[in-house]
Amino acid sequence: MTSPAFVGKPTYWLIVLVTLAFAFVPLWHENVELREELLLAAIYIILAANLNLMIGYAGYINFGNIVFFGLGGYMTMWLVSSHGWSLFTAALLGAAGVSLLALFFGLGILRLRGAYFALSTIGVNEGVKAFVANFTPWGGSTGIYLPIDAFAELGGPGRALWVIYFLLVGVMGLSLLLSFGIKNSKFGLGLLAIGQNEDAAMVLGVPAPRYKALVYSASAFLPAVAGALFFFKSAFIQPDDAFDLVFSTEAIVGVMLGGQGTVVGPLLGAFLYEELRSTLLTAETFSNFQMVIAGALLLLIVLFVPGGLMGWIHRRWPRARKVLE
Amino acid sequence: MPSWFGVLASILDGVLVGAVYGLAAMGLTLIWGVMNVINLTHGAMIVAGMFGLYYLASVLGLQTYAAIPPIAAAGFLFGVCLYWVAVHRVIGRPPLMSLLATFAANLVLVGLGTAAWGTVLFNVPVSLPGISYEGYTFTGTHMMAAVLTAAIAGLLYLFLYHTRPGKAIRAVAGNREAAELNGIPTTRVLALAFGLGVALACTSGALIATLFPFTVLSGAAYQLKSFVVTVLGGLGNPAGALLGGVALGLLEGAMTPFMPVSWTSIVEFVVFVIVLIAFPAGLFNFRR
Repeated sequence: MTSPAFVGKPTYWLIVLVTLAFAFVPLWHENVELREELLLAAIYIILAANLNLMIGYAGYINFGNIVFFGLGGYMTMWLVSSHGWSLFTAALLGAAGVSLLALFFGLGILRLRGAYFALSTIGVNEGVKAFVANFTPWGGSTGIYLPIDAFAELGGPGRALWVIYFLLVGVMGLSLLLSFGIKNSKFGLGLLAIGQNEDAAMVLGVPAPRYKALVYSASAFLPAVAGALFFFKSAFIQPDDAFDLVFSTEAIVGVMLGGQGTVVGPLLGAFLYEELRSTLLTAETFSNFQMVIAGALLLLIVLFVPGGLMGWIHRRWPRARKVLE
Repeated sequence: MPSWFGVLASILDGVLVGAVYGLAAMGLTLIWGVMNVINLTHGAMIVAGMFGLYYLASVLGLQTYAAIPPIAAAGFLFGVCLYWVAVHRVIGRPPLMSLLATFAANLVLVGLGTAAWGTVLFNVPVSLPGISYEGYTFTGTHMMAAVLTAAIAGLLYLFLYHTRPGKAIRAVAGNREAAELNGIPTTRVLALAFGLGVALACTSGALIATLFPFTVLSGAAYQLKSFVVTVLGGLGNPAGALLGGVALGLLEGAMTPFMPVSWTSIVEFVVFVIVLIAFPAGLFNFRR
């Protein structure tokens, strides 16, 4: 079996290096505090990298990307708590279900273009949230709690937290590799063409409706796995936490800050945003202004540096374009 | 099973409230029609109108309906400022950018609102006599809101069709370059249209505040309703928006007796997606 063409490029090694660093740095002295911080950063990176497939590649803005994260969490919590499934099968099958659902949704709402699509994605999230809050098998508005012995499968609560952390870091690595792999494929080229000019792309033979539905579905899978792991870790899920539009928004800020359409951008942007956010949260005056700061940052980027950090770097040092994609 | 008169009363009431949704949607659709920008600060502006009414009426003691003109004026000024700060630079860029810019402005506004007022429930008590018939009461505030909506829609029509600035707005909506070549200062017209759209959102917010209690976060739900209404009426078509509002009110009124209120937004969303896909130009777009 020959390895895909993107293996061995500088960006590929960067992704491997970052993933290994995430995995091994907190192991040093078993630093739990650092682990929790990096866990949150990993989730932001997972959300941003997958969202970038839609925003950066296909040029379709998805305001409600968190719906996949929440649904993945719900599917898994339900399979684990009501049917006694193991976390691993529940997370994988749950995410596959979410991905399938996204394909189905995508075939419908992706017939809409530009602003119409963006509006419907806000609706998808709010609609699903309202549905789940009324859906009794999933606990309605009270949500689902896991039994105390749920962590036994992973070797008790203490060890389970580490296992979940490593799994999330793995999902983060896979998300970045997915971005990179798609960008270096014919599929990715088609998506970028759609993002530039959809009509022209279709004239040139890009099957736009199929590609759009596929990328929407692909961008759902790994966030759904991340949602499964995240909510399993807190042993509790409810509609307001699962479908929190603020989280969605922060993923958008991450993508735009780092540079939409690049592979390294969402990694950089989401990590920096998370660092900024956690610094501000500890400062008493700013903890109430998290949304204001995210909004102001996003507005400044959109108005003045629409290419984000990577766009700026690529313009400043054109040669970097070849090394950091 | 509710009586047939109960259902009828609920539908009539729904239509009265729906007219106010129509007014909100007119603000959204005017901005879209003139500059192809979806104003995602719309919900925040509706909430601003609500809090405007709360402060003028409940705190300063102004007569409730007398507080509406100053709210509209303040909304207009704020809208013009917002245009220059957040929208002007993204006009003519890909739609992604204007969506993100107004979305970001919305985050800032909602964030500031949440920091200032938290998420507690506010309400503005208004006493207006209603009409009772066979045990059902049509609330005075609901009728007053519908009447005022009709009056404001009439004024907007007069402004757009019979004044120079109004005609300039319609010219820019039709073809911005041709309007510019004919000596219309298009940038100022865009700012004017944005201000007008925000003023309509604030006014409808003030009217909604006379009907229902509200929080800082109420905007999102009304924004979704405005989108549904706009899509029903056809994006960029103010008259269609008013009809779309009435249609949505009718639907809500017809649903209320038969299902819990928490399901309303799900049904609305389903209608929204179906209409978007099946009738992308709107149900009430007669200009096709």
